Amino acid sequence: MRAGALSSAADITNPIQSMSATAPKSSPPRQRSAKWDDKFFELLTKFFAFLVFSILAAILISLFVGSSLTLEKYGMRFIFSANWDPVQEEFGALVPIYGTLVTSLVAMVIGVPISFGIALFLTELAPAWLKRPLGTAIELLAGIPSIIYGMWGLFVLVPIFQSHVQPGIIRMFEGVPFVGALFQGPPLGIGMLTAGVILSIMVIPFIASVMRDVFELVPAVLKETAYGLGATTWEVMWKVVLPYTKAGVIGGVMLGLGRALGETMAVTFVIGNANRLAVSLMAPGNSIASSLANEFTEAVGDLYTSALMELGLILFLITTVVLALAKLLLQRLARNEGSRT
Amino acid sequence: MSVINPHNKLYLARKRVNRIMLSVSGLALAFGIFWLVWILLTLLYQGGYALTRFSFFTEMTPPPGSDGGMANAIAGSLLMVGFGTLIGTPIGILAGTYLAEYGRRSWLASATRFLNDVLLSAPSIVIGLFVYSLYVSHVKHFSGWAGSFALALLVIPVVVRTTDDMLGLVPGSLREAAAALGCPTWKMVVFITYRAARSGILTGVLLAVARISGETAPLLFTVLNNQFWSVDMNAPLANLPVVIFQFAMSPYEDWHRLAWGGAALITFAVLFLNIIARVLFRKNV
Repeated sequence: MRAGALSSAADITNPIQSMSATAPKSSPPRQRSAKWDDKFFELLTKFFAFLVFSILAAILISLFVGSSLTLEKYGMRFIFSANWDPVQEEFGALVPIYGTLVTSLVAMVIGVPISFGIALFLTELAPAWLKRPLGTAIELLAGIPSIIYGMWGLFVLVPIFQSHVQPGIIRMFEGVPFVGALFQGPPLGIGMLTAGVILSIMVIPFIASVMRDVFELVPAVLKETAYGLGATTWEVMWKVVLPYTKAGVIGGVMLGLGRALGETMAVTFVIGNANRLAVSLMAPGNSIASSLANEFTEAVGDLYTSALMELGLILFLITTVVLALAKLLLQRLARNEGSRT
Repeated sequence: MSVINPHNKLYLARKRVNRIMLSVSGLALAFGIFWLVWILLTLLYQGGYALTRFSFFTEMTPPPGSDGGMANAIAGSLLMVGFGTLIGTPIGILAGTYLAEYGRRSWLASATRFLNDVLLSAPSIVIGLFVYSLYVSHVKHFSGWAGSFALALLVIPVVVRTTDDMLGLVPGSLREAAAALGCPTWKMVVFITYRAARSGILTGVLLAVARISGETAPLLFTVLNNQFWSVDMNAPLANLPVVIFQFAMSPYEDWHRLAWGGAALITFAVLFLNIIARVLFRKNV
C-alpha cells in the first residue's frame, strides 16, 4: 500500500493495490464488506508467508534445544574429536563430518566438469529438435528418488567397483606419493569413493540445469562478436560465456554441493558405516546424514540422542550457509541481468 | 581472401582443441544419459517380475523366507503422501500468493523467498529430526501423522516457489481489468489470477508429490514401519521407502526381490508424475 501511494503514477507492476485503495470510495455501501474480506484474505496469506519465513528459524532452534546436552558437555571439542563410542557415551563428530566433506568433494570433482559439458552441449551444440528430449532426460535423473540410487549403487555399482574399477585404480596409483595414499587398501566396493561417485550422478542434473539457464542469459550479441572475431565454439564458451556467467556457475555448483552434503539414503547404502578416520577413499567411512539414518532410531539415552541432534545441527548449518551463498550468487547474476536490459 | 590462413599452425591447433572439447561435452551428456538408462533398465529387469504378480499389491510384507507383497506399504505411502500434500499445498499456495500479490518486493517477501529457496534444497533428514523433536518426542510414539507433517514440510517450499513464479507471470493488465470493474483484491486473486496460473500451480503440486513419494530420510524417525496392515494415522505405518530400505539392507533373497519391485514401482510412478507435470505445463503456458 505504502509503496503504491508513494509512486502510484510510476508503479506499473503494482497497479491493483494503488487502485483498490481509491476505487471503493465511489460506492460507500459496499465499502465495508469489501474492505473486511480483503483485509482478511491479505492477513491470511501474510500469516502463511510468515509461517514459511519462520520454518528455518524453528528448525534451527529445535536442533539447538535438542542438542543442548552435548553442546554443554563437549563444546567445540565435539567437532574435533574422532571418538564416537555410544557404549562409553563418548561422542565426537570428526569422522562423520570428514566423511560428509570428502564424499561431497569427490562428487564435485566428478560432477562439475560433466555438468559443464552437458550444459555446453545442450546450449551450443545440440540441434533444436534434440534439445528438449535430451534436457528432459538429464532432468529426470533428478527425479529418481535417492533411495533408488542407494539400492542400485549397493547391488549393481558396488560389485562392479569391487571387482573391476577399484583394483585398477589401486594398481594405477600404487607408489605414487601423496595421491597413492588416497587410493590404497583392499577393494571393498563400498566406501567413500563409491558414495562420491553416486552423489556425483545425483548432483549432475541440478548443476547442469543451473548452468544451462545462466548460459542462456548471455546476450547473443556478445557471443556473435566473439564468433565474428574468429573464435571457435570452445573459445566462445571458455573465454566469453563462462567469465560472463561466473557468479551463476559458481552458484549452481554451490547448489549441487548443498544437495550432496545433505544427501542421506544414497550414501547410507554404500558408504560402509564405519566410524574410523581413513585417508584412503577406498575405505568405508560415515557421513553425518548416514549416521543419523542408521543410529537415530536405535539411540538409547539422552546423551546419545543429543549427540545425533548436534550432528543434524552441524549438517543443517553447513548446508544452509552453502545454499544461502549459492542463492546470493545467483541473485547477483539475475540482478545484473535486470539492470542491463 | 580469408583473414585466417587455414594452414596456420596456431589456427589448426585451436581447431583441434575445439573439436576435442566439443566431443568431450558430447561424451559428458552421454555419461549422464547412460546412468539414467542403466538405472531404469536395472529396475525393469530386477523389479519387473515382482510387479507383474498380483500378490505384490494384495499381500502384506512377509517375514523372511515366505511369500508376500507390499499392500500395507503401498497403502501407507499413499495415505502419507496424500495427507502431506493436503496439508502442505494450501499453506504453500497461500504463502506464494502473499509473495506474488501482496508482498512483492517488501522485505518480508524478499526474505521469505530467500529462506524458502534455502529450504527447498535443505537436507530432508533434518526435516525428520525437526518433526521428531517437535512432535514425536512429545507424544512418545511414531505415527503416520508425524510422517505426513514431515512430508508437508517438504511440499511447502516447492509449492511456494512455483505459485510465486506462476502468479508473477500473470499479466498485470488482467488485474487492472478486474480492479477497474470494482472487484475486491481477494476476488481478483481467487477468480482471476489463480485461474490464469492454474496449470502452473498444479504443475508445482505434481512436482511436490513426485518429490515426497520417494522420500525416505524424513520418514525414518517419524513413522518408522509396520509389518501389518494398518491405516491408523496415529500409529507407526508401513510405507514403501522405509520397507525398501529395510528389505534391501537385509541378507534375504526374497526380501531383495520385493524391494526391487517396490523400487521399480516408486521410480516409475515418480518419473510418470514428472513427465505429466512437464506436459501439462508446456500445453497451457
